[in-house]
Amino acid sequence: MGARILALIVKEFLALFRDKRSRFVIVVPPLIQLLVFGYAATYDLDEAPFAVYDRDGGHAARDLLARFEGSPAFELERRIGSAGEIAGVIDAREVLLVVQVDQRFTADLAAGRQAKVQFLIDGRNSNTAQTVLDYASQIVAGFNRDWAAAHGLQGPPVSLVTRAWYNPNLESRWFFVTGLVGILTLVVTMMVTAMSVAREREQGTFDQLLVTPLRPAEILIGKAVPGLLIGLFEVSVVVLLAVVWFQVPLVGSLTVLYTGVVLFLFAAVGVGLMISSLAVTLQQALLGAFLFMVPAVILSGFATPIANMPEPVQWLTLIDPLRYYLVIVRGVFLEGAGFGLLIHQMWPLAGIALVTLVTAAWLFRHRMA
Amino acid sequence: MSVSPLIAEGLRKTFQSAGRTVTALDGLSFAMVPGGGVTGLIGPDGAGKTTLMRLAAGLLVPDAGRIHCIGLDATRESLAVQAAVGYMPQRFGLYEDLTVQENLELYADLQGLPPAERGARYARLAEMTGLGPFVGRLAGRLSGGMKQKLGLACTLVRPPRLLLLDEPTVGVDPVSRRELWAIVYRLVDEEGLAVLLSTAYLDEAERCSDVILLDRGRLVDQGPPGAFSAPLRGRTFLVRGADASARRALQARLAAHPGVLDAVLQGEAVRIVTTEAVAPDRLASGIEATCEAVSPRFEDGFVARLKDAGAPGELELPRVDALRRTPGDAIEVEGLTKRFDGFTAVDALTFAVHAGEIFGLLGANGAGKTTTFRMLCGLLPASAGRLRVAGVDLRHAAAEARGRIGYMSQRFSLYGNLSVRQNLEFFARTYGLRGARVRERLAWAFAAFELAELADAEAGALPLGYRQRLAMAAALLHEPDILFLDEPTSGVDPLARREFWGRIYALAEGGVTVLVTTHFMEEAEYCDRLVIMAAGALLAIGTPSEVKAQAARDGTPAPTMEEAFIRLIERREAA
Repeated sequence: MGARILALIVKEFLALFRDKRSRFVIVVPPLIQLLVFGYAATYDLDEAPFAVYDRDGGHAARDLLARFEGSPAFELERRIGSAGEIAGVIDAREVLLVVQVDQRFTADLAAGRQAKVQFLIDGRNSNTAQTVLDYASQIVAGFNRDWAAAHGLQGPPVSLVTRAWYNPNLESRWFFVTGLVGILTLVVTMMVTAMSVAREREQGTFDQLLVTPLRPAEILIGKAVPGLLIGLFEVSVVVLLAVVWFQVPLVGSLTVLYTGVVLFLFAAVGVGLMISSLAVTLQQALLGAFLFMVPAVILSGFATPIANMPEPVQWLTLIDPLRYYLVIVRGVFLEGAGFGLLIHQMWPLAGIALVTLVTAAWLFRHRMA
Repeated sequence: MSVSPLIAEGLRKTFQSAGRTVTALDGLSFAMVPGGGVTGLIGPDGAGKTTLMRLAAGLLVPDAGRIHCIGLDATRESLAVQAAVGYMPQRFGLYEDLTVQENLELYADLQGLPPAERGARYARLAEMTGLGPFVGRLAGRLSGGMKQKLGLACTLVRPPRLLLLDEPTVGVDPVSRRELWAIVYRLVDEEGLAVLLSTAYLDEAERCSDVILLDRGRLVDQGPPGAFSAPLRGRTFLVRGADASARRALQARLAAHPGVLDAVLQGEAVRIVTTEAVAPDRLASGIEATCEAVSPRFEDGFVARLKDAGAPGELELPRVDALRRTPGDAIEVEGLTKRFDGFTAVDALTFAVHAGEIFGLLGANGAGKTTTFRMLCGLLPASAGRLRVAGVDLRHAAAEARGRIGYMSQRFSLYGNLSVRQNLEFFARTYGLRGARVRERLAWAFAAFELAELADAEAGALPLGYRQRLAMAAALLHEPDILFLDEPTSGVDPLARREFWGRIYALAEGGVTVLVTTHFMEEAEYCDRLVIMAAGALLAIGTPSEVKAQAARDGTPAPTMEEAFIRLIERREAA
């Protein structure tokens, strides 16, 4: 039995790597995705264009505006001379933010009264608007603190000091690259397994395989192992690039990480094989894989927090293996979490893996019989 | 019209394939005989038939030479040619998710048939093809024969002046084949159409008014079918041995005789073509047999012409000794039934295949032949009935039974991007062979099928004949007791078919049981026994002579296998 399965595994690898296209699919797109996401996907604000409408012109106003100009997050696009121009520059997407300083700003502050600053933000992209507002508020808060200190005023009764643990500079790249470890594993494993049976059906080789003494379970194992091994290889490459190239700290232990990886791979291979045993053509397999992957990524908390989703959708995330896997990867990478902390992510993952693999085996038997 | 509908002058076309240059056409010149009628285009695989069709339809540009279609240059005026020519490729592009009517309308749109002419044209095509009752059916749900008829109807939606048909009858049963021919003849008679038809069936070439024989991109001969067989007058005989069961041994002896050009089985006798006209008694000397002179067929002329032209000669045949001769019958089927969603595809079939015999499974498209075949080799579970293969019950020990059978399908079903050696190694190991045994069997396969030089070539890039050899080698590595062959020679030229059957004979002599499905009726003659199926049930069973005898009637006491097949099916439908 072992020798027959081994023969099938060797055949799968030969078929994958002798074909220029499938070799390409396994290696190149994951690397491109890693680079694209690693560099392009970021929540960090960098030189966002803004305009200033300084109706005051006093020294306090200049001090405040200098803080905006000095911030790496903002870049002064232009100064505005009248209120009428504000709508124009935002509509034309020239700037994301207009800072309007009240004409009595310096005078009010000097007199110890409350002074007014207005932010006008382009809200067409709500994500960006939120980020702009956060950055701008921080600058104003800093201004307040320093003014109070310099003028011997009593500061605000509660002074907020934030320290972001595990990602002190709140670099979103750390967040995205660790998430990518999960997504790329999923994509490659699904591609390899979902296509494998469908390709044989389409090319007419599956019948030839079925008339050999190989049992359905043996074929299943022979098809699952290459997916697992390629998934493991892919994870290792992405983890290595994350640490060496993107300088994401890997705080935790590799043992914990790879335990999670293997559990997740079993689940992904199970789903892939389920799709494969249902699909008759390569096209169906491809569609099936995407039908699973897109919601899996969205529901995983890769980009948007699960806590923000409506409750029924949150329940749905409970059957998404990627959800648990991302917590494990980020936990190990950034927190250095051990088995104790992650056990509640690992057992659901093991459960999903068990269910998908058993279902795949069942479908396999019934679709073939 | 006295202008030839198709003229080729010094036509040359090469293709680049996997770094090699393949010459498909090598300075081909000919002119189709004007005045309508069907011109047959025949030749071995790789002769350039499809390339010629595609050049004529203006789909390819020749490297050199010119091709004129109905007075137009097919290369430079390809659009005008395509508007006046109907071309039906081997795999016609029917849209399987559209109905028959929708397919017709789509092609009418594509070919720009004016709406006013459509109604009459559809009615005529429906009447001609007999598709009238099925216009609302999805094309994917049609049988193989009906699909070909629909393909033909779509090609003819706008009446063409020249019709190019590329192997329209491949994989089509004899009844549907006859109907397709009837359509083609009507077109010729009623619309004065010129037809160029390529085919691997030589009895079809015999029906043509003119035949063009190509080999390796060159014209070998052109003329009416009678001209091909005429020189063989006095050189064709039917040899009967004293012992009918030794007919394969007799065939092998005759084939090896230096004075014999060709020897094939026909019923209990062996049909031979000699190198020169000789008296039958001279030939029979040393062989205990009676010799009867018969008139030559087109096939004899074809084979003689190609063998003269230096086609590869006879090959060393593989000998396989079935390891585990099972006592009793190789296959026992009792009350075998298969139902799909309330439709009974195979209905309580009972028969037995004796060990060591070549057993044919014949039937029209949709008769349940393929379903039966798939159940026998364990690809499909039976709904009811008992099924023993190689002495093992398929329901309880399927994997064990599968270990004793070899399987070869009509489609190339090995891994195209693996090398020849990798394919063979994989199948050897899945059948449980190990270490030295794998090397031994691979060495055998390379030698017996002359694959050694191609060991590291990609299987998918091999020429058709070699792919078939590889598939057969893979099916025989584990020395199976039973070999299942599903239309193994579909689309294969007559010479390659002879080579293939030579191997099958050798296997049967070695004790291997062979179960084969085929659409070639002359191949049914090669079987020891055969069944004919219709509508899921047995129509006839017995030796080729017994089956033919069942169909005999007053007018034709000795029908050919094809006549017998058609008559048996018609008789059943009439009842």
